[in-house]
Amino acid sequence: MDVLVCLKRVPLAGGTLILTPDSKDIETKHLGFGISPHEENAVEAGVQLVEQMGGTLTLLTLGPPETEEQLRTQLAIGATRAILLETDGQEWDPQGTAAALVDAISAEETKFDLIIFGAESADSAGYQIHVRVAHALNRPIITNVKAMKIENGIVSCDRLVPAGREHYEAPLPAIITVRDGLNIPRYPSVPGRMQARKKPIDIKKAQAHVPKLEKLYLTVAPSKSTGAEILGKGVEAVPALVEVLKKIGTI
Amino acid sequence: MILVLIDHDRGELDQLSLRALTFARKLDQDVQGIVVGKDGAPLATIVGQYGAKVLHVAAHADLTDYTPMASGRALKDLVEKLKPAAVLAAGSPRGNEQLAHLAAFLDLPMAAECFEIFLSSDADSPHKVSRARWAGNLIEEAHVYSQLLIATIVAFSTEPESTAGLAASVVEFAPSLMPSDTQVRVMSRDAGDTGGGITLADAKVIIAGGRGVGGAEGFVKIEELANLLGGAVGCSRVVTSSGWRPHKEQVGQTGTKVAPDLYLAAGISGAMQHIAGMKNSKTIIAINTDPEAPIFKYADYAIIGDLHQILPALTAAIRKEKA
Ligand SMILES: Cc1cc2nc3c(=O)[nH]c(=O)nc-3n(C[C@H](O)[C@H](O)[C@H](O)COP(=O)(O)OP(=O)(O)OC[C@H]3O[C@@H](n4cnc5c(N)ncnc54)[C@H](O)[C@@H]3O)c2cc1C
Ligand SMILES: Nc1ncnc2c1ncn2[C@@H]1O[C@H](COP(=O)(O)O)[C@@H](O)[C@H]1O
Repeated sequence: MDVLVCLKRVPLAGGTLILTPDSKDIETKHLGFGISPHEENAVEAGVQLVEQMGGTLTLLTLGPPETEEQLRTQLAIGATRAILLETDGQEWDPQGTAAALVDAISAEETKFDLIIFGAESADSAGYQIHVRVAHALNRPIITNVKAMKIENGIVSCDRLVPAGREHYEAPLPAIITVRDGLNIPRYPSVPGRMQARKKPIDIKKAQAHVPKLEKLYLTVAPSKSTGAEILGKGVEAVPALVEVLKKIGTI
Repeated sequence: MILVLIDHDRGELDQLSLRALTFARKLDQDVQGIVVGKDGAPLATIVGQYGAKVLHVAAHADLTDYTPMASGRALKDLVEKLKPAAVLAAGSPRGNEQLAHLAAFLDLPMAAECFEIFLSSDADSPHKVSRARWAGNLIEEAHVYSQLLIATIVAFSTEPESTAGLAASVVEFAPSLMPSDTQVRVMSRDAGDTGGGITLADAKVIIAGGRGVGGAEGFVKIEELANLLGGAVGCSRVVTSSGWRPHKEQVGQTGTKVAPDLYLAAGISGAMQHIAGMKNSKTIIAINTDPEAPIFKYADYAIIGDLHQILPALTAAIRKEKA
């Protein structure tokens, strides 16, 4: 079983977002970096598959040279090796990214049985790179997977929908995109981190390309300007709260 | 002309599609709809009320349930025939997925989760869109270089508005499906784990708890209030990753996006990834011990204090009120 996981380096933003002076990006001076939560689940799923079935887990990313940091962390939880398609730090549009990933995958000797993506990237959330890769590689794709197993060369997946679960199947080689909640990603162990230092990362230069979806600038979405009406402190506020519930028609 | 994908589940309309239709009408008078699968044809009445003159029905023996790649193919066939200025769909998991297949078939850009669209009037200049990033916490202004604009509309950003329009006229067509288009489809489903209760996405009232609830047992107080108000339980990611509640109850960027009439957040700090999932709620009430908690910036009403005291008192007061 040879598995490939595609991931993206993103800033770990939690509270208020601050933009760079040119408004093109998030100010990351005071932020750490990680990968999107969905992709953490993707790597964990890959590690589990290789533990159960043997084989290899390769990581693939397009990003700035610093992405090595995220690759080392994910290598430490059990991936075999990584491929870094190095950019000059500019974010690529979805079509350009997908094309670069496809070229890299096609250039590999390993014919990956399963390619796992996050359902969407945390920062740009284009909802499409995986579908584009699936079309280019002529593979079936199942998206938004929350439970998965592989048996007899078939990947069976569940997707959560408001009314319950939908069940999908596809023969390998296939592509799936996974969501937060699929599994609980493990933390890297100390020996894992030691081993990860020696695991191979292939670095290739990514050729610049012209975006068709071109980011011009960013703005911070406004929050409610009025601010909350304070009903009070502790249980004393309960009568006022009941009045609010009556006013809005809840009771 | 603008073509809008009307999403449905075996004939049952996805309400977000009506918002997408309303959005489309603001761009162009000439709006047409497409449903994939014959069981979507009866939606012509409501689709007409929301402003589409024509409903194209992709009919094929294999299109009996959700088959995303086949939707992409059907859209491609229709786009090549009708040459619309734009194809729009709701920014839902299904809307995004089906349009991504269309974009991949045509190798054209797609702008997901748009708030605003400015269609360019000449072929040489790009379309302009404002789209959501970081789950709507940031807005990206972008140019799209493609004659056909493929875009999805942020869920809940447009209020659905009906018109006096009559039923759309139904035009059936047979998409040129390849075997690979129908390989991935819903094979079966089970409703088991929703327990038959009200689901988050449908609930008019959501009582949500965060780390401040303190543990799985603490959620009894949340459940009690939710049951009393006929609502559903929601929670933050800390709660699901601690295993206190199941993932299907997680609200936010990586959980479910909701817009109930009332969202009551207890012991939730208001991280932007949580806010992203609930900020479109009509009324937001927050209970938090910390007067500086970011959630108060998004709330309509605030109570500063311990949820473990306030929630039981509130439940008791509502019971009294109802009696
Ligand atoms: C890319 C990404 C995606 C994410 N997706 C999601 C998502 O979908 N949903 C989500 O929720 N999070 C998501 N997160 C996590 C998010 O950043 C926060 O970590 C999380 O929302 C915090 O949960 P919380 O508010 O319950 O906990 P905390 O931030 O720890 O807040 C607990 C709050 O409870 C208050 N409190 C404590 N005790 C009491 C008491 N007795 N009574 C009243 N108040 C009390 C505290 O003052 C505090 O404000 C995501 C993170 C990333 C990086
Ligand atoms: N720069 C990148 N390098 C490798 N994989 C990526 C990159 N950007 C996105 N992906 C993958 O594609 C998925 C969907 O991204 P998106 O289409 O941006 O929502 C992500 O969850 C990742 O698995």
